[in-house]
Amino acid sequence: MNTIYNLLETILPFSWIEYNFMKNALLAVVIITPLFGILGTMIVNNRMAFFSDALGHSALTGIALGAIMGIADTNFSMTAYAIIFAVLLNYIKNKKTLSTDTLISVFSSFSMALGLVILSRGGNFSKYSSLLLGDILSINPMEIRLLCIILIVTLIYWFVGFNKLHSVAINTSLAKSKKININLVEASFCILIAVIVMLSIKWVGILIINALLTLPAAAGRNIASNMREYHLFSLLISVFSGITGLILSFYLGTATGPTVVIIAALIFFITLIIGTVKSK
Amino acid sequence: MLWTFNQDIKRNKVHESSGNFACGQHCLKIRDISVKADEEFIIDKINLHIHCGKLTVIIGRNGAGKTTLIKAILGEVKHSGRIEFTDLKSNAVEDLKIGYVPQNFHIEKNTPVSVYDLFAGYISRTPVFLKKSKKLYDFIKERLSIFDAQDLIDKRACDLSGGELQRVLLAIAITPMPNLLLLDEPVSGIDKNGMELFYNNIQKIKENFDLAIIMVSHDFEFVKKYADHVVLLDKTILKEGTFEEVSGCEDFLKVFGRVE
Repeated sequence: MNTIYNLLETILPFSWIEYNFMKNALLAVVIITPLFGILGTMIVNNRMAFFSDALGHSALTGIALGAIMGIADTNFSMTAYAIIFAVLLNYIKNKKTLSTDTLISVFSSFSMALGLVILSRGGNFSKYSSLLLGDILSINPMEIRLLCIILIVTLIYWFVGFNKLHSVAINTSLAKSKKININLVEASFCILIAVIVMLSIKWVGILIINALLTLPAAAGRNIASNMREYHLFSLLISVFSGITGLILSFYLGTATGPTVVIIAALIFFITLIIGTVKSK
Repeated sequence: MLWTFNQDIKRNKVHESSGNFACGQHCLKIRDISVKADEEFIIDKINLHIHCGKLTVIIGRNGAGKTTLIKAILGEVKHSGRIEFTDLKSNAVEDLKIGYVPQNFHIEKNTPVSVYDLFAGYISRTPVFLKKSKKLYDFIKERLSIFDAQDLIDKRACDLSGGELQRVLLAIAITPMPNLLLLDEPVSGIDKNGMELFYNNIQKIKENFDLAIIMVSHDFEFVKKYADHVVLLDKTILKEGTFEEVSGCEDFLKVFGRVE
């Protein structure tokens, strides 16, 4: 870790990088933002924005259940709960008895309310309120390594399974005729999102995680005309808003997550205008 | 990473070099296919016998179970019964490969998916977000050119007209070459010229490649001209035969009236 710190200080001759917490935060941003940028492309294409939002909200319930059952590592209970939640949601969605957005909002409000009720018993909720906004400045090297592993797993998934995921997102019947296992593709993608959302939620925050997942991709979509441009733009926008947001929040003394979201949203509006002008 | 795609080229070559026409020696038997929903049969004991090189058209009123039958053959809905595919030359039961053009193929506006991306996603393992492969690009262009759609390759799929999209989907459906091509009302939303072109293309597939075609259609003018076999469906098969035979039967007249 020290080599990386020294390297950062050499290549970035700014005053903010002298603080170790800023170095950690910068490293975390450099890992999380490309991850979110890539993942976001298919969340947006698959119209799953509601789904990832619901997953974020279910984090509270995971923590609450972990607290009740006396599990020390809330990461574990959160991730386990989110995976079950994601698979169940995906299963019920495929039954097609209710419209997906109604279903997801029922599930997510129930889950969140349950979590809040359990955690607020005896007036102790303030202990957990940092989860709402997230705090990337408190991340430690061990947790950065964990994020790094997730990034690698996601990249492997993306290289191996992307075409199938892409085909299913376009049309399930056509994908089925090409002998693609739709259930496997959908379930594995849901689980991947669940794991990533849960393991990064402490740093990013329940309230804004979905914005970070979907905004860069939505902005990239405005100006991209094929998959290569889409991935490139989404990735660049995500990394750019992440790093600029972190530095700005340091100087302005604001919360990091929301600052990043504001920058990403501004880029979204700019690309929206460019896209509209271009298509005319 | 290109292996699936290379294999596809080889497979197509084998198919196309074994005579550029249907051999008539492949036979597809659909036996007792039934689909049930809530204790009620949507389709009940459908039996069909199909040969390669033939266009079978399924007609019937709305809700007769046409799409359900297609989806049952495709394996997308649960069904009872069997589908057997045999090569009469060797009498061997073979794996049935299906090509499919869906009824409603809608790509949301502004989706950043080019025709190349759409096509490559089905036939290559190399993720489409990476750099385009020249070899794959040329191959896709060649497949698209069967239906005169090669110039669409770099366009966004969501910007195509109904007819253009249809030609792209046909090219995708026959790559790799299937044994059975399923077309579910493929011409909805296409004008008369487009339809003429479409049926010409179907005729071209029928004559040039070794496969059987099942199509759901309402356009009797074209059905009369192009279909080899017509099946009138309403939960079960009410009547099958040539268009003249079917259009003269009582059940047909009740639903559609007299068709000249």
